[in-house]
Amino acid sequence: MFGQIAEQVPLFFNYHNLVFLLQAAGRTLAMTIIGCTVGLVCGFLIAVLRRSLSIWLLPLRLIGIAYVEFFRRIPFLVILFIVLFVIEPLVPGASLLFIATVSICLLSTAFLSEVIRAGLESVPPQQIEGASALNFNAIQTLFLVVLPQSWRVILPPAAAFIVMFIKDTSLASQLGVIELTFAGKMLVNRGFSPLLGFGAVLLCYFALSYPLSRLAAYLEKRLASP
Amino acid sequence: MHHLEIRGLSSAYGKTEVLKDVSLSIDKGEVVSLIGPSGSGKSTLLRVLIGLTPPTGGEVFVAGDRVDYRQRKQLRTLRDKMSIVFQQYNLFQNMTVMRNVTIAPVKIKRRPSKEANEAATRLLEKVGMSDKHDAYPNELSGGQQQRVAIARALAAEPEILLLDEVTSALDPERVNEVLDTIRSLTDEGITMMIVSHEMAFVREVSTRVAMMDDGQIIEYGTPETIFDAPKEARTREFVSKILRH
Repeated sequence: MFGQIAEQVPLFFNYHNLVFLLQAAGRTLAMTIIGCTVGLVCGFLIAVLRRSLSIWLLPLRLIGIAYVEFFRRIPFLVILFIVLFVIEPLVPGASLLFIATVSICLLSTAFLSEVIRAGLESVPPQQIEGASALNFNAIQTLFLVVLPQSWRVILPPAAAFIVMFIKDTSLASQLGVIELTFAGKMLVNRGFSPLLGFGAVLLCYFALSYPLSRLAAYLEKRLASP
Repeated sequence: MHHLEIRGLSSAYGKTEVLKDVSLSIDKGEVVSLIGPSGSGKSTLLRVLIGLTPPTGGEVFVAGDRVDYRQRKQLRTLRDKMSIVFQQYNLFQNMTVMRNVTIAPVKIKRRPSKEANEAATRLLEKVGMSDKHDAYPNELSGGQQQRVAIARALAAEPEILLLDEVTSALDPERVNEVLDTIRSLTDEGITMMIVSHEMAFVREVSTRVAMMDDGQIIEYGTPETIFDAPKEARTREFVSKILRH
């Protein structure tokens, strides 16, 4: 087996294959970055909405809760297929990459919203009372007092989820999106040793997620209050 | 006209009535202390006054103007004139001492930050915390945090200052530094309401004392009357129990 690998290595690492793998890694990265950015923004909005006590926002609050509770409970693969069959008739010609990205946004919004909510709730209510006694409004209380104290609780699980989403994008291969896992499969189908093909994919996943973990650790240090 | 007038004020947590028909008038510059056993509604009264706990009935007048606690705008006007210091200090954990004291003047009252910094420096000197401008609350002792909290409340230039058991969470040897700070405020013309178990202190600084029990004010008078010649049996019992320590 190792003889075969040694023989294939020079063939495997040619310009064409490397570009192919890099493009696939790019798709994986793009799906994750877009999915998590949308997830952080929408998740934050839902988490804040769920805290509001205003009667006018009650319907929106209920929708937010239903959304989070629903989407946290379906497997990602199922979300992928539902989105596929909903979007295809609505947007004819929508690319598979687009469909996979929308699915990740749906999933990450639900999970990150829970992470952010737990973070906001970790701030003692006395901090909020102190702020309202000083005439802070809800927005000022959120951005000056609550959020700065929530980072310490939000960041570690959020980073873990984002690393998990990087790996979850591999399920998009089931739709036919040529991301890393699918690329590995194609290389193996071309006759390369599975150890070589998927080994290269493994390194790519690690190269994508390791810097992210480091970034999260750095942010944790920078943003977390003393 | 009274500076602060409370008429028939009630409040409840769920179905439990914690304030029952409380009435009290306080003139400008008075220092009124609330005494009484735990759970008698002293802290709740202060929380209702500053709008942290909604009243279920009754009226509050500040300088003759009725306060409607359901109106956000009236609540804002009220909190411009009234500050509270909490038992657990409630300093913002994510801000330095200096920022804790300047944030409301700068962000809420829109004062120039230079002016707010100068005022904060003065106030922190007054409470004896000049050397801790850049410390974070969790780096300070309870007594130090409470003195910063007093400076923060004063930075809002309140006409009425509420002090809610400000020494109860402190180590015994830290109590006096906070009491000294409060004592130095009593001749500045700020109307104060103090909830405290420090009877010697209450007796010394108060112009009048209200004895509360079971959500009601059962006796209201000068410190001499309350401590030396209380009319109510319940007051007599409470005072004698506490003073025996």
